[in-house]
Amino acid sequence: MWTMTEHSTKNRDGATPAEGTRGARLAALKAALPLTAPICFGFLFLGGSYGILMGTKGFSFVWPMCMALFIFAGSMEFVTVNLLLSAFNPVAAFLLAFMVNARHLFYGLSMLGRFKGLGWKRPFLIYGMCDETFAVNVSTPVPKGVDRGWFYLWVTWLNQAYWVAGATLGGLVGSHLPFSTEGLDFVLTALFVVIFLDQWLASQRPGHVAGMLGVLVSAAALVFLGPDRFMVPAMVVMLVLFLVLRPWLDDMKTDADAVNRNQGVQGGEQ
Amino acid sequence: MTMPLWQGIATVLAVVAGTILTRFIPFWLFPESKEPPRTVTYLGKVLPYAMGGLLIVYSLRTTNVLAGSHGVPELIALLITVGLHVWKRSMLLSIAAGTISYMLLVQLVF
Repeated sequence: MWTMTEHSTKNRDGATPAEGTRGARLAALKAALPLTAPICFGFLFLGGSYGILMGTKGFSFVWPMCMALFIFAGSMEFVTVNLLLSAFNPVAAFLLAFMVNARHLFYGLSMLGRFKGLGWKRPFLIYGMCDETFAVNVSTPVPKGVDRGWFYLWVTWLNQAYWVAGATLGGLVGSHLPFSTEGLDFVLTALFVVIFLDQWLASQRPGHVAGMLGVLVSAAALVFLGPDRFMVPAMVVMLVLFLVLRPWLDDMKTDADAVNRNQGVQGGEQ
Repeated sequence: MTMPLWQGIATVLAVVAGTILTRFIPFWLFPESKEPPRTVTYLGKVLPYAMGGLLIVYSLRTTNVLAGSHGVPELIALLITVGLHVWKRSMLLSIAAGTISYMLLVQLVF
């Protein structure tokens, strides 16, 4: 019988440096750093453009710095700039943030098993789960001998640091960059495509069906509803389709089961 | 900013609260101590693939195929990224080549 998610649970055994030691943290950092390198470029650029935007609207760099750190959801930060320049309406701001970021609900459902048993690291992992961090953490097999919690945490914190650094620098520099960066934002599209391909190549039929549904439903919703309002309807349609197709896509071996078998028994990693 | 400082801070805090909720709700609904329902476990298994697809579309959402360069630079850069990745399987190489070719295309060609 096939299993869709073997890539996320293999390569783990007990021969790791003692958890919580300096060695374990360093090994996890070494594993996480190269995976976040493309995100570093993307975030310094996108965070930078966001900081520059706020600068040109007359905000001090403290605004993009704090918003990058506390909101930490790229597209919503761009939207918030407009909210700050219009009439005061915190309730609308709250609802808008919830709708724009509703995709995080699905990220959480996907990570329930992987974040199990990670103790104090868990709130940080959930708080810092942006698109890119989710994409890396959900798709990367934790390398052999590397602590799972620290690996996820480094990916999360490195990405958040890149974003805050980019937004702060952008706010400081303003629009005085000496070269044209037009098109650099494609780095994040390329990242998502590569991650999608890696997931595709490591999975079998149910994974392929789920991936294709994700692309096709989103694309159809985008065509019919436009870039500002396609996401929530697309997610609702996907949810319905997955529930309808469950007899064909579900098999009894699940991620959460596998993670529990391999990792959960060790428990209490904090 | 036209609004007073406290209103600005309140607006940002409202956005922070809305964002945090979307990230934490699944973990509050299905705490570690309880086994989530089988349906949720199943969704947690298929959704990563679907979300991968959604993120690609999301990152290309402002590409207009009816006007301007009709999405041709995006298409070429995507083909380069995918082709290189299937061939070499090197994440950094595929991303760098795709991005640089896209930058060259939009800055010099289109």
